[in-house]
Amino acid sequence: MARVVGGVACSHVPAVGVAVDKGLTGEPYWAPYFAKVEPAREWMAAVDPDVCIVVYNDHASAFSLEVIPTFALGLAAEFAPADEGYGPRPVPPVEGHPELAWHLAESLVLDEFDLTLVNEMDVDHGLTVPLSVLFGQPPTWPCRVVPLCVNVIQYPPPTGHRCYRLGQAIRRAVESYAGDERVVVCGTGGMSHQLQAQRAGLINVAFDHGFMDLLVADPEAAARIPHLEYLREAGSESIELVMWLVMRGALDATVREHYRATHVPTSNTHNGILILTDA
Amino acid sequence: MRDYDDIPGTYVFDGRRSRQGYPLNQFLMSLNRAENREAFRDDEAAYLDRFPLLPEQREAVLQRQWLRLLDVGGNLYYTYKLAACDGMSFQELAAEQTGMTPEAYAEMMLSGGRPIDGNRSRSEWQTSGSADGGGG
Repeated sequence: MARVVGGVACSHVPAVGVAVDKGLTGEPYWAPYFAKVEPAREWMAAVDPDVCIVVYNDHASAFSLEVIPTFALGLAAEFAPADEGYGPRPVPPVEGHPELAWHLAESLVLDEFDLTLVNEMDVDHGLTVPLSVLFGQPPTWPCRVVPLCVNVIQYPPPTGHRCYRLGQAIRRAVESYAGDERVVVCGTGGMSHQLQAQRAGLINVAFDHGFMDLLVADPEAAARIPHLEYLREAGSESIELVMWLVMRGALDATVREHYRATHVPTSNTHNGILILTDA
Repeated sequence: MRDYDDIPGTYVFDGRRSRQGYPLNQFLMSLNRAENREAFRDDEAAYLDRFPLLPEQREAVLQRQWLRLLDVGGNLYYTYKLAACDGMSFQELAAEQTGMTPEAYAEMMLSGGRPIDGNRSRSEWQTSGSADGGGG
């Protein structure tokens, strides 16, 4: 039986990827953030998962407005870094896990989550920046990845409640897989940020820590946060936080918090990292 | 009027905006390909002829009216592809849309960002005399 050995939440700020790719992590602007990343890297290195299921959103890279899947699961053996309009990131290709991904697809659809199944897609900073945050710059990524792409660009995204329930279904699916893979579920995006229009730059540290507290202690309550509250309180792009609820759903009701760090600013974003395991 | 239309200075990319902005966002999406970026840089007007843009969308692109691009249906992430084509960072695009200088915006972020108090509702902006927000 495969097992979920932990859950990681991690923002996916593109500028963090640029800082890694261009060797700027020691610069005064970035050094305080990357110091906070180090314990998360140590945790990941110690846990050394076989697979990460990375819940992220595509930012007009693999998907345009032509087709807008709410949940899309990546089944390929390999996913190339996407050209998002300024050339692909110089990071290794992402090795998939087709056998586990197909098992997830079958299990989740029969569990009434009507996924879009994707055999070919490039992955953008939403997926590759968390890998850089958690693994640094290895020549190849140290684990296989199953991408789960969530629409949060075209309103409305799925509700937090739906994402939480999907996480619970992912847990059931992983545990019904015949292999012995050790799986970390990563929920990415957030925390407070607004990248657009006259209110750009909004940061709400109190909201973000309240969200983390609720996510840890009372995920059912966190799952009931309506879209309007994210949009208003934490900025239009903070709605990515619904993806953290997928991660949380894959863990037990009671969890142990191993690590929490936040940092402002990383470009326009209050950046968060949270590591949880079953208690 | 939808509940989120009350949030000041914010364009929620809902179905209304997506319908309005479809040809514009299709153009912006095309900039993901290096050869298209090159063709656009070579002759912007000719490249835009490939897309059935509304006149106001075409004008906003050619004149790099960054906030107006949202107003004519551009999605933020798609709009960034045009900014990136011009060598701008995400933070520079955001600053342009607020009307602040890049330096003032960067300083605001270093100081912890734009606070939530006073920025929840359009009514707060009206009473404080701030510029009217997007949306609506």
